[in-house]
Amino acid sequence: MRQAAIYGKGGIGKSTTTQNLVAGLAEMGKKIMIVGCDPKADSTRLILHAKSQSTVMHLAAEAGSVEDLELEDVMQVGYGDVRCVESGGPEPGVGCAGRGVITAINFLEEEGAYEEELDYVFYDVLGDVVCGGFAMPIRENKAQEIYIVVSGEMMAMYAANNISKGIVKYASSGSVRLAGLICNSRNTDREDELIIALAERLGTQMVGFIPRDNVVQHAEIRRMTVIEYNPSCKQADVYRKLARNIDENKMMVVPTPLEMDDLEDLLMEFGILEDVDESIVGKKADESASA
Amino acid sequence: MSSMNRAESEALIEEVLEVYPEQARADRAKHLTVNDPSLEDASKCMTSNRKSQPGVMTQRGCAYAGSRGVVWGPVKDMIHLSHGPVGCGQYSRAGRRNYYAGVSGADSFCTMNFTSDFQEKDVVFGGDKKLQKIVDEIEMLFPLNKGTTVQSECPIGLIGDDIGAVARDASARVGKAVLAVSCEGFRGVSQSLGHHIANDVIRDHVLTKRYDEKPEAGPYDVAIIGDYNIGGDLWSSRILLEEMGLNVVAQWSGDGTLAEMEETPRVQLNLLHCYRSMNYISEFMEEKFGIPYMEYNFFGPTKIDESLRAIAARFDATIQEKAEQVIAKYRPIMDQVIAKYRPRLEGKRVMLYVGGLRPRHVIGAYEDLGMEVIGAGYEFAHNDDYDRTFKELGDGALIYDDATAYELETFAKRLKPDLIGGGVKEKYVFQKMGIPLRQMHSWDYSGPYHGYDGFAIFARDMDMALNNPCWGALTPPWKRAQA
Repeated sequence: MRQAAIYGKGGIGKSTTTQNLVAGLAEMGKKIMIVGCDPKADSTRLILHAKSQSTVMHLAAEAGSVEDLELEDVMQVGYGDVRCVESGGPEPGVGCAGRGVITAINFLEEEGAYEEELDYVFYDVLGDVVCGGFAMPIRENKAQEIYIVVSGEMMAMYAANNISKGIVKYASSGSVRLAGLICNSRNTDREDELIIALAERLGTQMVGFIPRDNVVQHAEIRRMTVIEYNPSCKQADVYRKLARNIDENKMMVVPTPLEMDDLEDLLMEFGILEDVDESIVGKKADESASA
Repeated sequence: MSSMNRAESEALIEEVLEVYPEQARADRAKHLTVNDPSLEDASKCMTSNRKSQPGVMTQRGCAYAGSRGVVWGPVKDMIHLSHGPVGCGQYSRAGRRNYYAGVSGADSFCTMNFTSDFQEKDVVFGGDKKLQKIVDEIEMLFPLNKGTTVQSECPIGLIGDDIGAVARDASARVGKAVLAVSCEGFRGVSQSLGHHIANDVIRDHVLTKRYDEKPEAGPYDVAIIGDYNIGGDLWSSRILLEEMGLNVVAQWSGDGTLAEMEETPRVQLNLLHCYRSMNYISEFMEEKFGIPYMEYNFFGPTKIDESLRAIAARFDATIQEKAEQVIAKYRPIMDQVIAKYRPRLEGKRVMLYVGGLRPRHVIGAYEDLGMEVIGAGYEFAHNDDYDRTFKELGDGALIYDDATAYELETFAKRLKPDLIGGGVKEKYVFQKMGIPLRQMHSWDYSGPYHGYDGFAIFARDMDMALNNPCWGALTPPWKRAQA
């Protein structure tokens, strides 16, 4: 059984990419479980055709405690026999979402969710690893490979680099590795070259390039993956290729995150960041005008 | 014969429930029942191991208490680090009277408080590095320790520190067991989950360390499981087993050591006293190593005799013969104790409210003194504990699960027991009501109560509490004259 965690900047398309990729793997006959590790609980809706699945934490709160739950209460099976679980958590601004992830994953382990014959477990994790809870999926005996969803936008690449720093910490005490970047294109210039270059600097690879295509939105409105909604379209093949690449992927590395200056140099090389004119730093509009 | 009347007991429960708001009444109704000794399955009439009602006083502890205080705490040659802010460790320091033989601070550490004293910055930045450093400091300051357990307090679980990874690292570095126990207090509904979590850590990191399958064992090798040596209980139990020819390989966990626990797979039979806190590990050893376990009861001569015979029946004629000799040897001593105290205690009625074992286990000892238990309740029992309780209590006796302060007080006011066995939280409430109370968690700073020797002390203590002249002095002379 391979366990993979998907990280990346918020809003980059982790959940959409994960579910489409999982649909591709399911089509290949793989047995898969998705564990949503985000209080928003939107990691399984395309597989389940549901608005959002009842989450472990929500059900636990209703039942009194997580000890009162059974595995079948929290697990649903959707497209391609994919097993789906959402950890769930509080509304923004209250409580502790990280603890929700810890409790949910402990629960799955204790209830033997991992003992079934599974080929893959995918953890779809909240954008920023803000506390130990969101690193839970990459602890010992859990996800060994991490994929970062990224685009050619500056902040997405900053985030990918930061996540790599986190992976270095966990890689040094365990066997978790960076397995590749998935570029979810925003149609910026030379985006594929840029992400390949970033991947090289990080010591990894671009494992897939997902061009922008409206069919993803069309499928999403229907709460379906592209592969299920329109199996013959070009975009479905893109996800199938990503699934194949990941299935055959053997490149697991301890990443080499970039220093801030190096990252800025890279961005400048591709024209995303202008060279900073040090003389204008700290100058107000009227000062600049008179200068 | 039971002095309780079934209809009256049922009416009393109704009366107690009446004051609750509707939802609370519906919930509490499931935790109160009237005993019927023919019952076998508690699930038909009871609910237990559920979250306590808010707004009432509960006497329960937390998962940390169950692991740090109960299961792991008495393992004397390991250091049990209270990982988190200082309070949990300090307020539970030496709180349980689990005696041990050894030199404190040199090779034994039970009564000391080791804490990581978490500060704001540790919560913000994580406590991994601090924990590593603490293990190294422990190693430097207390080199005779045989290992460390990291007992997680609430904040550790919230910030999500991976104490398991730190423990693995530290263990490899110092070459001793460093075991992470995620027993955060907010987990579960009582200390009971802490027992389970602690048992699981023993299962995963201790029991299979030396043996993967059952090793060769001596014919009479046994282990005592679930005796915490409160006031020396385990010592007064162990001598009986040894006198009947058994070889006690390990004591879990009162006066116990890590090495003994690791060596336990070699025993022929596990003897389980506290079922509630250590049934998990006993069942694991049965599955993994094929070691059977049996429950026994060392409170009061009737139960002790029965238990010794039942244990002996698992062995050969030599042991059985010696068991009879042991029973015969103590018989005259027990007769003397009973002859002395029974006349002073005969017919007295007792209400019990203790943890997860004693409300049923001590009933026989009271009966040996001619006393009757008219009500029994547990703080954190599960249904299988109640299954075992029905047949020990008389018909019509009250049973109360996770009782609230209000319920206990009302029961006591109506039933007017001559003695209550409870904890320190109950002690002064009831004594101020004029009802003698003996603490049945800590033996009220006395003990041991296990074994034949323990029964002599138990009988003396109950007499001392119940027949203390102070109870006659509660009403001042001028009020007495009026009455």
